[in-house]
Amino acid sequence: MGKTLENQNRLLGYVRSFGTPRLIITGFVLLLFITAPIVGVDLTMQIGNVINRFSWNAVLVLALVPMIQSGCSLNFGIPLGILAGLLGGTLSIQLGFERFGVMGCFFAAILLATPFAVLAGGGYGWLLNKIKGGEMMIATYVGLSAIAFMCMMWLLLPYTSPTMVWGLSGEGLRTTISLDGFYGEALAGFLAIPIDPENGLYFPTGSILFFALLAFGIWAFFRSKTGTAMTAAGSNPQFARASGINVDRMRLLSVIMSTWLGAVGILVYQQGFGFMQLYMAPNNMTLPTVSAILIGGAAVKKASIPNVIIGTILYQSIVTMTPTVATAIIQTDISEVIRMIVSNGMILYALTRDMKGEGSR
Amino acid sequence: MENHNAPLLEMRNIKKDFFGNQVLTDINLTLQPGEVLGLVGENGAGKSTLMKILFGMDVIRETGGYEGEILLNGQPVKFNSPFDALVAGIGMVHQEFSLIPGFTAAENILLNREPTKKGIAAEAFGPRLNTLDYKEINRRAEAAIDKMGVKISADMTISDMPVGHKQFTEIARELSKEQLRLLILDEPTAVLTEKEAESLLQSIRSMAAQGISVIFITHRLHEILAVCDKVVVMRDGYVVKESPAKEIDVPQITKWMVGREVAAGSAAEVRDLSGARTILSVRKLWVDMPGETVRNVNLDVREGEILGIGGLAGQGKLGIPNGIMGLYEAGGTVEFDGKPIPLNSPRKCLDASLAFVSEDRRGVGLLLDESLEWNVAFSAMQIQNKFLYDFGLFKWRNESAIRSVTNKYISDLQIKCTGSKQKAKELSGGNQQKVCLAKAFALEPKFLFVSEPTRGIDVGAKALVLEALKRFNRENGVTVVVISSELEELRQTCDRIAIVSGGKIAGILPASEPSEAFGALMVSQVI
Repeated sequence: MGKTLENQNRLLGYVRSFGTPRLIITGFVLLLFITAPIVGVDLTMQIGNVINRFSWNAVLVLALVPMIQSGCSLNFGIPLGILAGLLGGTLSIQLGFERFGVMGCFFAAILLATPFAVLAGGGYGWLLNKIKGGEMMIATYVGLSAIAFMCMMWLLLPYTSPTMVWGLSGEGLRTTISLDGFYGEALAGFLAIPIDPENGLYFPTGSILFFALLAFGIWAFFRSKTGTAMTAAGSNPQFARASGINVDRMRLLSVIMSTWLGAVGILVYQQGFGFMQLYMAPNNMTLPTVSAILIGGAAVKKASIPNVIIGTILYQSIVTMTPTVATAIIQTDISEVIRMIVSNGMILYALTRDMKGEGSR
Repeated sequence: MENHNAPLLEMRNIKKDFFGNQVLTDINLTLQPGEVLGLVGENGAGKSTLMKILFGMDVIRETGGYEGEILLNGQPVKFNSPFDALVAGIGMVHQEFSLIPGFTAAENILLNREPTKKGIAAEAFGPRLNTLDYKEINRRAEAAIDKMGVKISADMTISDMPVGHKQFTEIARELSKEQLRLLILDEPTAVLTEKEAESLLQSIRSMAAQGISVIFITHRLHEILAVCDKVVVMRDGYVVKESPAKEIDVPQITKWMVGREVAAGSAAEVRDLSGARTILSVRKLWVDMPGETVRNVNLDVREGEILGIGGLAGQGKLGIPNGIMGLYEAGGTVEFDGKPIPLNSPRKCLDASLAFVSEDRRGVGLLLDESLEWNVAFSAMQIQNKFLYDFGLFKWRNESAIRSVTNKYISDLQIKCTGSKQKAKELSGGNQQKVCLAKAFALEPKFLFVSEPTRGIDVGAKALVLEALKRFNRENGVTVVVISSELEELRQTCDRIAIVSGGKIAGILPASEPSEAFGALMVSQVI
């Protein structure tokens, strides 16, 4: 009797540390995987899709880590990094880097995006240092206004590459640009392992390796002296200041890192997806990215690489599996509804948890 | 039925502990109508706790209530909230102002008790839409101000007022309550100029003449003697003396305030280091630390000594280390080891081998959400590149070196924990304090500031912490400056003690001097 009670308590402890919503979502994903074959959905295909979508999104999710660790909280301003990535991508095409092959075109895009990401990240970080405590709201509006500004720029910038500009007028970029022949599948195609070649399903070895490389870099950074200082600045800024750390500089650095990773992240996303989306599209990346890392177990001030990996897998599983499974069962597409509930619900949950933490201190 | 022969207020055998820590023991107090009672005692003597009990503050109930009885006009009462106390006719003016800056004095005085008139809207929608009767508000506010016998314009906005007038407005708010019979004033003169304080004392007298009893808490002892009928001295949770004000003088009160039962004062092994060279010299230091303003401090610290800095709360003793270490804005000159130390830059101080254990353990001292390893090693890692693998471009944490240094201090300082990976927030206050010391020791400084090292920790841990400081001083030859509100603790640890009063050093004496000498310095320049 006492033994079972003890076990029960231990179980409750596990549940609590894992977090109820995460438990529900994991249960839901498992349920999807179990139901899929029963209702006649091809499981191999589904798992392949999840892996692919993971490889597109993981770097974007990883981009949130530095800012969370330094105490700048969730980067709702990730569109800023995405826009830098889009500038890099479009410039790489405009300047004809495809002549150096897909890889050349892709890495040229990263290099071209870097100065924009560093500049934009620097300005954004400076702004966030001015408004400590209100980062998330300011970040959201920084993202939205940057998108609006770039909507104009996409029309006005003197791009001429025929694959990118509107066919009739010959000026202004299209909303969607195919990356075929540029850097589409640049990483995904590298050492790809066929899963179901008839349906065009491959294991994107290159993308996964690239993510692993960046994740290792971030992990290593947070073991370094500077990374330690950054974590401390996020954990207790006053402590860090009393230990001689320039907290503002740490925060600025983390914002630049986040923005640059956001730029790289969107390029990885595009090469897997095969298209570049301009104008309002960057806005659609924010909530899924933020909610993925939260599902993975990150808090508003603490995030780790496992949070990124677990979160991205869970989130993308829901997004890819729900439509197929749900459609097979009830003949109605409710995937969008579930996606909205999960993204927004998860963010709301994390924010309320954060407030509670602050209050009880 | 009110019993007119009984005293207005009687407190019988009041006891209170916070989590097993006895803060009030057998307090007995009586107060007659129209009597002014002066309540004095060092910080932490239990004055505020006693007043909180009387006023029914939530914090008392949340921490397990109190023992003993409170009688008002001979009737036992038990207040569950300040509202009950207000209804029973007890008013309290706190140290911090609770006024709305954009409202006039009159509006503040009658806030939420405004006289109202009926208007058309109220006829239609009920009394919640009554309009304010400004004429009546002003009349009643002025009546309350008149009771104090001072001149304040009732229609002046609070934000335009000098501090003294704000204080009077607070008091007027209490006076405007018709049922008011007992007014508690918690250090009302702390923020007043001498002239304002004088008129406040005047108004206390006129209130008493109208039959209102007053409990007056202050550190300015001469005010107590000037205005009170009776003086109650508290120390360590006991009432040590109750006496009519006429029969005593300031030195006597000081002696009761600081003197200890045990002729203790056994300042252990005080060393005379007057021959040692000056290692830290502070000139014309000012520090803008809220509530602990340092005005003009000149101080020389001798190499190898333990110097104590004592004084009453709010007099600026905490501002000194916080200012020198760059945590609050400061000015003046500080020379360490012959070299000037730039102010307002924590990094420069740490680079010069100074270290600081902050009084704000949880705010500044610790990374609560991180492991003990991080807490102990972090500063040394960042400042002195200790515990790192150096790869040239990159410096990586050397986890095993961090663990071993943490384990060393865990055993040296007897830190109770489950291991070096435990989070700092999970430790008790005393053990957290030891972690803060370990952090400073790991820096291997030449000079150490320790601010309030024993605040909020139990007796056993106190002894350990003080012992560790002494050992660190003796064995490593580190100069230590201990800042503490507890004089006895300083006398047991230090060689010399500087007393801060009014943002200045009022005097420096060897720790072997009797307590009364320090007590006199403490109140000498109180502002």
